[in-house]
Amino acid sequence: MSSPAILPAKGLADRLTGTFWRRPKLLLALLITPPLLWLGVVYLGSLAALLLQSFYSIDEFSGVVKEEFTLKTYAELFRAQNLDIIIRTVVMATAVTLACAVLAFPIAYYAARYAKGPWKAAFYLGVMLPLWSSYLVKVYAWKLILAKEGILGWAAEGTGTSFIIDGILSIPGLEGSSLSTSPFGTFLVFVYIWLPYMILPMQAALERVPNSMLEASADLGATRNQTFRTVILPLALPGVIAGSIFTFSLTLGDYIIPQIVGDSSRFIGLTVYQLQGTAGNTPLAAAFAVVPILIMLVYLSLAKRAGAFDAL
Amino acid sequence: MTAAVEFLNVSRHFGPVKAVDGVDLTIAEGSFFAMLGPSGSGKTTCLRLISGFEKPTGGQIRIFGEDVSNTPPHLRNVNTVFQDYALFPHLNVRDNVAYGLMVKGIARAARYAQAEEMLALVKLDGYGDRKPAQLSGGQRQRVALARALVNRPRVLLLDEPLGALDLKLREAMQDELKALQHKLGLTFVFVTHDQHEALSMADSLAVFNEGRIAQIGTPQDIYDRPATRFVADFVGSSNVLPPDLTRALGGPTQWASLRPEATRLAATGPVQGTVTALRYLGSGTRVVIDAGGTEIAALVPAGQPVPAEGATTAIAFEPSALHLMGTA
Repeated sequence: MSSPAILPAKGLADRLTGTFWRRPKLLLALLITPPLLWLGVVYLGSLAALLLQSFYSIDEFSGVVKEEFTLKTYAELFRAQNLDIIIRTVVMATAVTLACAVLAFPIAYYAARYAKGPWKAAFYLGVMLPLWSSYLVKVYAWKLILAKEGILGWAAEGTGTSFIIDGILSIPGLEGSSLSTSPFGTFLVFVYIWLPYMILPMQAALERVPNSMLEASADLGATRNQTFRTVILPLALPGVIAGSIFTFSLTLGDYIIPQIVGDSSRFIGLTVYQLQGTAGNTPLAAAFAVVPILIMLVYLSLAKRAGAFDAL
Repeated sequence: MTAAVEFLNVSRHFGPVKAVDGVDLTIAEGSFFAMLGPSGSGKTTCLRLISGFEKPTGGQIRIFGEDVSNTPPHLRNVNTVFQDYALFPHLNVRDNVAYGLMVKGIARAARYAQAEEMLALVKLDGYGDRKPAQLSGGQRQRVALARALVNRPRVLLLDEPLGALDLKLREAMQDELKALQHKLGLTFVFVTHDQHEALSMADSLAVFNEGRIAQIGTPQDIYDRPATRFVADFVGSSNVLPPDLTRALGGPTQWASLRPEATRLAATGPVQGTVTALRYLGSGTRVVIDAGGTEIAALVPAGQPVPAEGATTAIAFEPSALHLMGTA
C-alpha cells in the first residue's frame, strides 16, 4: 500500500501553518501589529504630545499653562542661561562620543577580526557584564573612585602622580576640588557608562568587512595606515555612526550622572527633569526635550551627506 | 628564460596540517601557469605565499630572482585577482581601479586617466561611475582584473577567478584572459580546481595533491602521460588500470592509465566486462564497463552502435594509448 499524496492535517498547528502558507502576509501582519501599535500609539503619540506641549507657554504670574500656539517658549531657549545649558550638553556629548569611539575601536577591532571561541565569549561577557549591574550603583561607585580620598587619588599619591590629577583640575572649565566634583569626572563616568553601546555596533560593522578586502588593499600597495583610512574606516562607519547615535543621544538626555558626579552644572536632561517637576514649566521642559531630537536630525543628515551610509 | 617565480623546497605548515610541503617550482616569465588540484591540496596557499599573505615555514620564495622572505605584500610587485573579487563596495568602479595608484600618491587626473585606459582594456569603458553592487558577476571580475593590472605588476595572480561565473561567461572569459595575457606579455599564475580550464588555458601547469606537486608539465604532458594514479584520476576522467589488468591487456605488471576516448568496444578480446552505465554526452556516449571489479569507461562516438546496459563486451585500444605510471 502506498502512502497518500496529501497527509491529513493533525491538530491546530498543522492547520495554522497551512493558513499562513496560503496567506503569507497574515503571519507578517500578526507579527508586526503589536510592535507597530506600541511604536505608533505609545511612542510617536507621546512624541506628538511633547511637540504640542512645546508650543504652549506658561503664564508667568499664575504659573498656569496657556494652551495656545506660541513660539515664545522656544524663544526662551535662546536666553543666555538656557543657551549655556544647551552648549554645555552638546560639548559634553561630543567629547563623550569621541572618547568612546577612540576607546571602542581597538576593542571592537580585536573582537571582530581576531577573537575566536572562548576569547569571543570573554569579549561579549566583558562588554556586557557592566550592563548587568544597576546604573546607579555604577555611578556611585565612580563617585567613590574619583573622590578626593578615593582609590584613584590614593593610587596617584602612592605613585607620585598626583600632579596629573591636579593638572587636569586646574584646566579652566574642569576645575574642582577633586575629580568627583569636576566636569572631567562627569565626562569619565559618561564614557564608562556608554562605552558598551559604542563597542557593540562597531564590532558588528567590523565583522562584516571581509578579510579579502583588507588583503586586496595590501595587495594593491596600501600601508596599514592607508588601509585603515580608505577601507576599514569607511566600511565600519555605519557602525561608528550607530554607536555614536547611542552615546551622543544618551549623553544628551541623561539627568542622573551630572547630579551625582561633577560640579552640579546643568545639562539638558537635568533641566527637563527640574522644569517639569519642581518648576512645573512643562512647555519649556518640552522645548528643551525637542533640542536633542533636532540635534540628532542635524547630525544624521550631516553624516548622510558625508557618505557615512554609502557602505550600507 | 628568466624565472618569474621560484619555490625552493617551500613549506607552509599550520600546526600539524601540512598545507604546502616541500614544493619546488619554477614559473617562467611571460607564461600562463596554472596550479590545479582539489580543494585543500595547497594550490591556493601557494598563491598566497607568492602574494605574501602567507609566510613559508620553510624554504625560500624568489620573485624575479629576489628573495621575498622579508617583503610584506604591499611592497611586492605582484597583484591578485581575488576569488570573491574583493572590490571595495564604498568606492565606484573608477576609484576601485585607481586604488593602487591612489595609495602610491599619483595625482587624481593621472590615475583616473590610467584607470579609464584599463577599463577600456577590459571592455568596461563608461562604467566608471557605477558602484560594484550595480555590476554583474562577469563585470565585477573585469573590474578586479583592471584594478590589478593598472599597477603594472610583474606577476598577476588569479585565485579561481572564473569560479563564480556561469559556463558561457566562463568560456568567454577564458579566451579573453588568454588574449590579455598574450597582449601584455605578463606572467599569469592561475589557481583552479577545474581541469578543463587548466588544460585549455595554461602553457604549463602543476597538479597539486596533499600539499605536494604530483606532476608539473605542459597540458599535453599531463593529459597524455600522467605520472601518478592521482594525476590520471584527477585530470580528465582517465581509466586507471591496476597491474594485473594491465598485464591481462598485454602490458607489463604495472599501474597504467587509458583514456576513455582511446578505448573502443570490441566483440572479443582478452578483457571482457558487463556494461553497467551509459551516459549520453551529445558528441558520443560514455559506456562504463565492469571488468572484474575495475570500472573502465569507453567513449563511443556518436553514430556508432551503443551496447545495452547489462550486455557483455570486450575492450580494445591501440597499444600506444596505454600509459604506464608510478604507484603514488
